[in-house]
Amino acid sequence: MHTLSLRELSDKLHRREISSVELTQYFLGRIEKLDPELNSFITVTPDVALEMAKMADAAIAEGSAGSLTGIPIAHKDLFTTDGIRTSCASRMLDNFIAPYDAHVVEKLKQAGMPILGKTNMDEFAMGSSSETSYYGPVRNPWDRDAVPGGSSGGSAAAVAAGLTPAATGSDTGGSIRQPASFCGITGIKPTYGLVSRYGMIAYASSFDQGGPMARSAEDAAWLLNAMAGFDKRDSTSLERELPDYTVHLNDSLEGLRIGLPKEYFSEGLDDEVAQVIEAAITELEKLGATVVEVSLPNKDLAVPAYYVLAPAEASSNLARYDGVRYGHRCEDPKDLKDMYTRSRAEGFGDEVKRRIMIGAYALSAGYYDAYYLKAQQLRRMVRDDFVRAFEQCDVIAGPVAPTVAWNLGEKSDDPVSMYLADLYTIPVNLAGLPGMSVPAGFAKGRPVGLHLVGPYFSEAKLLNIGHQFQQHTDWHTRTPELG
Amino acid sequence: MNWEIVIGLEIHAQLATKSKIFSGASTAFGALPNTQASAVDIALPGTLPVLNKAAVDMAIKFGLAIDAEITRRSVFARKHYFYPDLPKGYQISQYELPVIGKGQVEIEVDGDTKTIGVTRAHLEEDAGKSLHEDFAGMTGIDLNRAGTPLLEIVSEPDMRSVAEAIAYAKKIHELVQYLEICDGNMQEGSFRVDANVSIRRPGEPLGTRTELKNINSFKFLEKALQYEIERHMDILESGGSIVQETRLYDSVKDETRSMREKEEANDYRYFPDPDLLPLVITDEMIAEVAETLPELPDAKRKRFMEQYGLPSYDAGVLTGSRALADYYEEVVATVGGESKLCANWVMVELLGALNKENLLLSESPITAAMLGELLARIVDNTISGKIAKEVFEAMWAGEGRADEIIEAKGLKQITDTGAIEAIIDEVIANNPAQVEQYRSGKDKLFGFFVGQVMKATQGKANPKQVNELLRKKLDG
Repeated sequence: MHTLSLRELSDKLHRREISSVELTQYFLGRIEKLDPELNSFITVTPDVALEMAKMADAAIAEGSAGSLTGIPIAHKDLFTTDGIRTSCASRMLDNFIAPYDAHVVEKLKQAGMPILGKTNMDEFAMGSSSETSYYGPVRNPWDRDAVPGGSSGGSAAAVAAGLTPAATGSDTGGSIRQPASFCGITGIKPTYGLVSRYGMIAYASSFDQGGPMARSAEDAAWLLNAMAGFDKRDSTSLERELPDYTVHLNDSLEGLRIGLPKEYFSEGLDDEVAQVIEAAITELEKLGATVVEVSLPNKDLAVPAYYVLAPAEASSNLARYDGVRYGHRCEDPKDLKDMYTRSRAEGFGDEVKRRIMIGAYALSAGYYDAYYLKAQQLRRMVRDDFVRAFEQCDVIAGPVAPTVAWNLGEKSDDPVSMYLADLYTIPVNLAGLPGMSVPAGFAKGRPVGLHLVGPYFSEAKLLNIGHQFQQHTDWHTRTPELG
Repeated sequence: MNWEIVIGLEIHAQLATKSKIFSGASTAFGALPNTQASAVDIALPGTLPVLNKAAVDMAIKFGLAIDAEITRRSVFARKHYFYPDLPKGYQISQYELPVIGKGQVEIEVDGDTKTIGVTRAHLEEDAGKSLHEDFAGMTGIDLNRAGTPLLEIVSEPDMRSVAEAIAYAKKIHELVQYLEICDGNMQEGSFRVDANVSIRRPGEPLGTRTELKNINSFKFLEKALQYEIERHMDILESGGSIVQETRLYDSVKDETRSMREKEEANDYRYFPDPDLLPLVITDEMIAEVAETLPELPDAKRKRFMEQYGLPSYDAGVLTGSRALADYYEEVVATVGGESKLCANWVMVELLGALNKENLLLSESPITAAMLGELLARIVDNTISGKIAKEVFEAMWAGEGRADEIIEAKGLKQITDTGAIEAIIDEVIANNPAQVEQYRSGKDKLFGFFVGQVMKATQGKANPKQVNELLRKKLDG
């Protein structure tokens, strides 16, 4: 049951072979049994899930159900959920219950998807390994010694382990694609502005983008149909006509021009990972695609620019957590300053503090021009690289990450090496482009994702390529041994 | 040697939008604490600001009125500082690219006209309020005001006297109310003035300035500036130097004092707000707002002088607010002319009565149409000016409209020559001694006879006729 696609689950529900309540109970059972090992959920919500499942069953019985109705889902714990705690994996928000749903949650509720719970993540989405959570690290279902990637590691692990048919994630510097790659699932980060950020707790506002994490490109397309769309509550949300992302899944790849950035296949890339990616590209060539070499000369500027800009925005976005109105407040503050400093010192973990300090520094008088403004210039250069590359190709392919999942704790003492692990995903966020990770094989026994990056609003094309690849490969159907 | 005074003002005008600048919550004043604070205003996680177009239109309106450059692409920036009534830990403001650029206004001081430059005006959100009383050593936070739109209007340091500063502040105050973009209520904090003051020897570079805050009336602005200028002079003349700092004006002690607790060097870490797109203003938007632009005070004053033949002083008073100017014009229209008579009645009787009872024009029991009807009865000789004042008082007391009161109280002027003559004859007959004295050259007694006739008619006799007929009879 937990290996079925959304289409198969939808068919079963609509044919009344199974009820949503049964399906939901099934997944709740798997979570109860298997998650203690993985820690992929922060909060499990059986009551909410079953209540919603009952409503879904009623809708199906009445004939008013949509294709996703009754299929359970899990939300990354940075999407606010009305009445359910949204912690952002931080002690700061350990007691926070929002009185509103995030736009994404609202849309998926409207689609009739029962909420199984809230998935674990790096605190405030800051991290690449899901180890910085206040609720403890998430483990990779393929190897409990490995990290699942981050920051949407809980969502990735839960989908890979079959604890949920699908999950939501968010991607600021690779936080959907990299854990999707590390856990062998399919995840797509849409074009910046396609999915509303309303109710998605901000890390770095000009980068943050929500998206689906699923078992296949087809599943991701189904979910993206429900998640994407204009929202007037988010001023950066784009108002435009959107396609049905499932319509082009079966288009032929004949004539597709795949750009391979030479800089992405150079030093630092693990040999075994490189072999997996090369094999995947060969597969795409068999399906009719042609390969051209392109260049992204400013690739090495992306990580430094990102680690100025994202922390700068984070230092500002996280200023609201002051212990005054909600969230953690220290015991017996002796004055205002004491309340601020202790509430924040106690409420935030080390990585969050590190980024707040980097960001505040980059924005301070006398450093702003040298850091923030310079980084903005680099951001434009990185984007221009992509614009030029897309004059020669329809899509760019490469690795999602230079290595497979590393072991828990392996990089915890070396933040910079962790930051550098995002060198392929970060440029895409700097440019605001859509990017996807598709399971492409294994290296050292751990999953490897193929990274596909397209021009703005090319989600339908990326999903089409992913789906065609998955029609001819079975990497995405592999499941880890559990229990 | 003389000192030259240099003053620049920063004015915060609260824009009269119905909802807040970045949320849908109401901006109405005086609601129970925190009942007008939405999730956005409280800065709950995941909430985002959405710009209120009405605030932008008001900023454009102001820009047009001061003939300013309107920035086609301005940017909202975050200004960071921690304070409990600042929910996000930053204020959304505009920094490098304000919506309104350079403009100017004209002021008049002692008959001389001077142009004062406006450096910029930018949109920003207000903070909430910290309530330090009634919380047993704790501080209460009211976020109703958080997110209320403000237009911060920054002048050039062009003012060279306290009088010029007051004239400029009043000019902006008048203007924003004319434009109906701010209610101008200084008591409620809708219009707040901060002053930058320095002094220098003429020809020398600018001296070190101090900033005065917490000024909520023009009277206090005047006193605070005077106090501060004298403080600067005392310090400099005794060889000291001015510390650049922010000072609070204490209206009870009539002095300014240093706000030491806020003197830690503030680094606001401004950067463009990534939640808001740059504010793009098109020609169409400007044209649309231009159509709503009312006649501005200076133009109206000039027109009142030309169209109604009013002296400069009268025109100035009557155009002091848009409501008063409209009131006056309606009175003139109702009377059908007699603009000077109308001006006198509006300025003396009406404004006098309003001042006495501390009422706003909008609260006046006598509408413009009512006053016009009354004055029309003077013009058509139904009543005298003196009786009209009695009718005015009755109208003020809510006894009805002019004609009703004249009728009910029998105040109609006696204009029948025969009737007046009969009364005069009676007065002459009853006062032979006075008649004798008058005729023997005591001219002053003429007034006595007028008084007697008016008394006998309860003031209703037409004074002009009384005069003519009395003279005829007495002088024979």
